Amino acid sequence: MLSKKLTRRGLIASGAAAPALAALHEAVPHQGVHRAFGSEQHAAANAQSGHFGHSGTGMAIHDGFGEASVDHGANGFNPTDVLRDFDYGRTSKLPGGRTLREWTVVAQDKEIEVAPGITYPAWTYNGRIPGPTFRATEGDRMRIRFTNLSQHAHTIHFHGFHLDFMDGMPGIGEGRGGGAIETGETFVYEFDAEPFGVHLYHCHTMPLAEHLAKGLYGAMIIDPKEARAEADEMVMVMNGFDTNFDGENEIYAVNSIPFHYVEEPIRVKRGELARIYLVNLLEFDQINSFHVHANFFDYYPTGTRLEPADFTDTVIQGQGQRGIVELRFPFAGRFMFHAHKTEFAELGWLGFFEVEE
Amino acid sequence: MEARGATSRDFAGVPAWVLGAVPLALIAAAIGLFALLGGPGLGERTGPPVEELAVERTVLRPGEIELTIRNDGPDAVEIAQVTVNEAFVPFEAEVNEVGRLATTTLTIPYPWIDGEAYGVGIFTSTGGTAEHEIPVAVETPSADLDFYGLMALLGIYVGVIPVSLGMLWLPFVRRIGAEWLQALIAFTVGLLAFLAVDAGLEGLEIAEAGPGAFGGTALVYLGALLAYLALAGVDAGLSRRRERISRASGAAAGPYLAVLVAIGIGLHNFGEGVAIGSSYAVGALALGTFLVVGFAIHNTTEGLAIVAPLASSRPALRRLVGLGLIAGAPVILGAWIGAAAFNPSAAAFLFGIGVGAIAQVIVQLAPVMRDAGGRLLHPKAVGGLLAGIAVIYLTGLLVAG
Repeated sequence: MLSKKLTRRGLIASGAAAPALAALHEAVPHQGVHRAFGSEQHAAANAQSGHFGHSGTGMAIHDGFGEASVDHGANGFNPTDVLRDFDYGRTSKLPGGRTLREWTVVAQDKEIEVAPGITYPAWTYNGRIPGPTFRATEGDRMRIRFTNLSQHAHTIHFHGFHLDFMDGMPGIGEGRGGGAIETGETFVYEFDAEPFGVHLYHCHTMPLAEHLAKGLYGAMIIDPKEARAEADEMVMVMNGFDTNFDGENEIYAVNSIPFHYVEEPIRVKRGELARIYLVNLLEFDQINSFHVHANFFDYYPTGTRLEPADFTDTVIQGQGQRGIVELRFPFAGRFMFHAHKTEFAELGWLGFFEVEE
Repeated sequence: MEARGATSRDFAGVPAWVLGAVPLALIAAAIGLFALLGGPGLGERTGPPVEELAVERTVLRPGEIELTIRNDGPDAVEIAQVTVNEAFVPFEAEVNEVGRLATTTLTIPYPWIDGEAYGVGIFTSTGGTAEHEIPVAVETPSADLDFYGLMALLGIYVGVIPVSLGMLWLPFVRRIGAEWLQALIAFTVGLLAFLAVDAGLEGLEIAEAGPGAFGGTALVYLGALLAYLALAGVDAGLSRRRERISRASGAAAGPYLAVLVAIGIGLHNFGEGVAIGSSYAVGALALGTFLVVGFAIHNTTEGLAIVAPLASSRPALRRLVGLGLIAGAPVILGAWIGAAAFNPSAAAFLFGIGVGAIAQVIVQLAPVMRDAGGRLLHPKAVGGLLAGIAVIYLTGLLVAG
């Protein structure tokens, strides 16, 4: 007569084919994935929490995934490199004296180890997520030769000014070679670099959510004619992965790999100007955010004005929103940055700056 | 006839066991060869591996969550990461690669708070997730002597004592006339029928929650069938001996029926013990006076059911105590197992056994319900059936959790 309420659910929504990478096996057993994060939510619960901001003791404050790490070699990209990898393209001069920048982009299907031991059947531009960070100066001519080697039709939809058949929009401009680019096809996107700011590009093929969530996106930076001040520049694409295809992200990160900048903190110089091109390309969750500890920054929404709109330590971005963060670290030491949505932070969108003298 | 004769001649010199063993050996060889060649002609499997994980057991210790996980699917599963309340956490796995039907234990250091709810996510290497809910976090009692003592005391309170008290109606049962006795037997049947349905539903609920690889809800039906057939077989074997005894002593089948009723109720009470123990283990059971009193009243009626068939016999006290223990003591065993080694598949099977056993007892009791005219559902019997169902239902409300 005693009704016993034991809730058990043994459901697994399995993904597409996922051949086990040899590297998977090295990823386990692992310990200390996530010790003493001490987030707002769990601060009270974490009786044994370490203190933040102490470094050099040999004890990681936040272990990320502990000793386990993804195989960056097999993935083909390392977020530490992605951070400062700006692709200016092959340059030449047009008859009128303008600069022409040319890139080659290939869409390809690829297994990515998105967290130690977890593989994800991704779609990529040039084999990496985010795709290359295109960089040009206002007024340059940009020419992107896109070849689709994926098993699915894709496009590149750039945020900027361009003709309709250059819009990467299936159903528009197929007669002129644009629109949906089928498997094996090539199309050249061409447009002027404007307006200056930090922008984005992504696939615009239906179903749109899937084509974005799978990894087809990246950042595009247009520098103003008069260059910004000299700085240590970085690009941070906020993203996530829905590993079980339930329409929600299981993993959150900047530049794809959760807790990567815990494992390899971003090294910056004390007092030096740092400039972060921040882009939110998170699918499924509408709102993302960026917060840096023990500091404030100038924020330039979309980077299309040269005057900061805010001086703050936290910004919120909806999907597709982006902006430029400029800051100097007054003290040496280790300082956390993370999404100021605790759930995202604890699922991987969390890292450290290692500020050196 | 011609052919059969020829066959007999051909194998005349071969012992029968060899003729039996040869096909078996050939089957084994064929399977071995097929496996060795990797299933020739079948090609590669299509689609991703099918991954299913079921959490069989949750143990909460201060600062630690331990989960026993069974691979419920057809393919091996590799456990890659674990989250608690949507945050990646450290964990240690006994083994990360869990083969088909194998189990592994995940130990998760986590500062859980008493009384709060937790969701544990288990990530496989393909990015699939199995979710496990801990509705209310309570420290799992450690299986020491104190704990076993407490469960035994509980079993005596809610099982042995009430059933024994109910058996004190025996003198009353002896006094009432044949018609009222039929009604009383009908009361017993009604009570048992209710318990069978209840045990069946409980078993199905547990089976649905547990892993499906061992049969899931089919285990309940299998258990019921097995128990019914086993008891029917035992009954057929004993009936000849019983008839001889009956003729010699002049006594009716009463004592035998009483034993069957006691066994059926005992199996039901075993299930009750499992439910009590496992609820206690997950902190879902408040061990209060009210609960014990409720169970006592509920189980007292079971004592009456046991003595009803004894109206025309004079059993020794020793025998009555034995009947009380058969019916009541399984609560203790059930509570131990439920609290210390709860396994959904085994529990579902045991609940099924209870159902089958009770069904067999009902079949045995039904003829005793018949009136002088041989009718089964005469007014007094129907009244008794309904009264039995009503009483067990109403007393059950006292302990409904």
